[in-house]
Amino acid sequence: MSVAEPTPTLTRKDFTSDQEVRWCPGCGDYAILAAVQRLMPELGVPKEDTVFVSGIGCAARFPYYMNTYGFHTIHGRAPAVATGMKLANPKLDIWLVSGDGDALSIGGNHLIHLVRRDVDLQFLLFNNQIYGLTKGQYSPTSVLGQRTPSSPMGSVDNAMSAAELALGAGSRFVARSVDTDLKHLPKVLTRAHQHRGTSLVEIFQNCVVFNDNAFGHFTAKDVASDRQLMLEHGEPMLFGADNGKGLRVRPGGGVQLEVVTLGEDGIGIGDVLVHNETDRVLAGALAQLQPPAFPVALGVLYCNPGVTTYDRAVRDQVVQARAKRGPGDLNRLLRSGHTWKVEL
Amino acid sequence: MTLSNAPATSPSNTAGPERKALDQVVIRFAGDSGDGMQITGSQFTETTAVAGNDLATFPDFPAEIRAPAGTTFGVSAFQIHFANHDILTPGDAPDVLVAMNPAALKVNLVDLKDNGLLIVNTGAFTSNNLKKAGYTSNPLEDKSLQPYRLMEIDVSKLTLDAVKDLPINQKDSLRCKNFWTLGLMYWLYGRDTSGTVRWLQQKFKKRPELAEANITAMNAGHAYGETAELPSETTPFTIDRATLEPGEYTNITGSSATAWGLATGANLAGLELVFGSYPITPASPMLHTLANLKEYGVVTFQAEDEIAAVCAAIGASYAGALGITASSGPGIALKMEAIGLAISTELPLVIVNVQRGGPSTGLPTKTEQSDLLQCVWGRNGDAPLVVLAASTPSDCFEMAIEAVRIATRYMTPVFLLTDGYLANGAEPWRIPDVSTFERFPVTFRTDTEGFHPFLRNDELTRNWAIPGTPGLEHRIGGLEKAYDSGNVSYDDANHQKMTWVRDERIRRIADHVEPQKVNLGEDSGDLVVVGWGSTYGAIHQAVKNARRSGLSVSQVHIRYLNPLPRNLGELLSRFKQVLVPEMNNGQLVKMLRAEYLVPAEGLNKVSGKPFKIAEIELAIRQRLES
Repeated sequence: MSVAEPTPTLTRKDFTSDQEVRWCPGCGDYAILAAVQRLMPELGVPKEDTVFVSGIGCAARFPYYMNTYGFHTIHGRAPAVATGMKLANPKLDIWLVSGDGDALSIGGNHLIHLVRRDVDLQFLLFNNQIYGLTKGQYSPTSVLGQRTPSSPMGSVDNAMSAAELALGAGSRFVARSVDTDLKHLPKVLTRAHQHRGTSLVEIFQNCVVFNDNAFGHFTAKDVASDRQLMLEHGEPMLFGADNGKGLRVRPGGGVQLEVVTLGEDGIGIGDVLVHNETDRVLAGALAQLQPPAFPVALGVLYCNPGVTTYDRAVRDQVVQARAKRGPGDLNRLLRSGHTWKVEL
Repeated sequence: MTLSNAPATSPSNTAGPERKALDQVVIRFAGDSGDGMQITGSQFTETTAVAGNDLATFPDFPAEIRAPAGTTFGVSAFQIHFANHDILTPGDAPDVLVAMNPAALKVNLVDLKDNGLLIVNTGAFTSNNLKKAGYTSNPLEDKSLQPYRLMEIDVSKLTLDAVKDLPINQKDSLRCKNFWTLGLMYWLYGRDTSGTVRWLQQKFKKRPELAEANITAMNAGHAYGETAELPSETTPFTIDRATLEPGEYTNITGSSATAWGLATGANLAGLELVFGSYPITPASPMLHTLANLKEYGVVTFQAEDEIAAVCAAIGASYAGALGITASSGPGIALKMEAIGLAISTELPLVIVNVQRGGPSTGLPTKTEQSDLLQCVWGRNGDAPLVVLAASTPSDCFEMAIEAVRIATRYMTPVFLLTDGYLANGAEPWRIPDVSTFERFPVTFRTDTEGFHPFLRNDELTRNWAIPGTPGLEHRIGGLEKAYDSGNVSYDDANHQKMTWVRDERIRRIADHVEPQKVNLGEDSGDLVVVGWGSTYGAIHQAVKNARRSGLSVSQVHIRYLNPLPRNLGELLSRFKQVLVPEMNNGQLVKMLRAEYLVPAEGLNKVSGKPFKIAEIELAIRQRLES
């Protein structure tokens, strides 16, 4: 019997590469990088089995700063590259880092198919509602009417919701957090890592240069408690100062949510809806909530693992084929059609 | 001809009048897309191969799955050339044309040789079908078919009569008429029907009544031949076995050969194969073949688009498998940015381009060689890679292995060019013994000492370190990297050096591949005909014919298109004239002129059909017989 060697304890430093970080001072990406580097040792995955994969954009530089394996690919295509990695080696623990332009515009198709296939990896979508690296054009998540160099009279494009898109495409894990929320973000990332399948985490990330304070209306300290709903599975959905407000299904038919105040109109805690992260309809409703009428839903909106994942299902078929037909024999393959012999 | 092992259920092949021996025949089956001409053709091909003839085929079908019945654009054809000697092309012009309806006659008659045998299904020559085919008078009645030996047969009615007692409906009954026709052709060429009987029984295992109906129809067609009156000068034929090298043979299409070659190559490299692909004509059959090879360590990924297909292949290569993708022209265009990434990151990747008529959607089911420049040059930046081309269906097997060998040994993307004609065409193939092949196992880097991802050997090939290897954690990407560390670098001198490295390392591969040989003729003379890809057979035969009349002409057929063989320029300079036939508007000819300053001249054909031998032979004679 062999005795397992004790795994040397890794620290944040072990996951920090020797490359100088080149984001703008004050960029939200720094906070996310720090959170991820701190979290890595706790997850207990060997460094050599960890791969960070990205597309193009500010967020896409992320792999260079992680002392793991990493691949900075091309615009929008990281999900496809990561899928190929997972098909070649399902043991790899893959973190995909993308932005709103990369994931939702040029790479929208790949995101859709990644989540519907349910490839087992973590997808971190840094949403700053702007194109940063190309200097400030509006993105698919920019608000309607936003003035940018490419929309001087205001954008006429409707904004899209990453969470709703992912749910619509069949995603089995959708969560949200905020770049600078040092307590919440690691918790959400840990949940994403535990989940088997594609775990989509939308991180609201501040672009200090081109779209500063885009999320201030719900992240600023003075409004945060009123405008953020921190979801916990099995817990009533409460928010506001002293958790004085809650969400319930509006009486009188339909599945509209409404905000109620505890203690008003006879509302008690029992009237408040309890979060069930396996309820896809509820997740869809939560994904839609927007200030000022509603708080932004943060945390795990939806988590409902499938019986298998794409990469596992593909491998299972290889195993089945070998069990049924034995290991491949090329000489037999080449003779699998109609053959005949020519004699001397 | 030995047909002694025909089972009792097959009609005898020796009955009837005496058979006339022929050296070779070209037959074209033509009908509506729904008439089953491709099945008829491929069954005839299998049977002909088993009978020991050498053969080459040319399936030619419309892009629509079922174009409106009876129209000229819905005509589907299958040509087979078979002989008692070595042949390389499906034949210039058919000796026999089987026309299942007026549209098939209209489209194909122009190619039939004078005095050729024309078999027509009169049952389909209704006024409505004649109108749809654009005939103003019935060619069966207006004497326009007099130059041919016409066999008028109401195949539709005879088929219905043959199967009338079987429990199938009228529609299914009529659909057996291609097998009736096949039966007649089997009789005409003294073929054994038993292979097709077995095939039908297997194909319709779950609907045995359909198997029985088709077999009955085929036997009826065969019996008809024994009793029918043939046109004058027409007798049934025999074609002796071709003298083929001893060995075990199978009939192979370019598609299967490519897929098997890729699987074999990956095996020789000791790697799993991850094949990313998006359905496209005419490349999809490779995906179908590879999807069924899971036990060989082949994983297929039907991607959401062409870009995802190549990107998944690149990801797989990064992770230590061999990533391969395949497509055709328009799909290849979509993949190009990602191929640039594989060039920049120096990862092995094989891209098979089954070329078709372009530009844009072009002619999906027709053949062309117009993607050469796209593959050699079609990327942003100075982005060199290796480009190979297969010459025949069976050469696809060899070149697919070579593509894998080069991709893994030199850490580079490799294009393998085939085309619709090679992919769909078939020929007998002497099956090699894979156990005798030289293996080229990949060694992944494990040594952490002094490691960086772009450390190079003498061939300028970088080391391949894969995720999962402790101590070799590293990052790669599409940004320029420093020569000395692999880290991102915007340094001007470094970019100059890296651009040189990327170019030089591809050039040096020419030192390790076979030098260009002269495929036929002397290594100097009046004219050399230089080709690449599927034109091999037509060029070879044309050069052979011209040489028989004493002309000083040689054939050089290029399989390594980038880098070009080291000796090619010197070889071409020893000829007074250089003729370059291509199924495009002049692509290789540009490369040869640019690279070697030789007076190369193009011979270009872009009709969606392969060259005829006569077309190339004429061009040779025009240059040498003045």
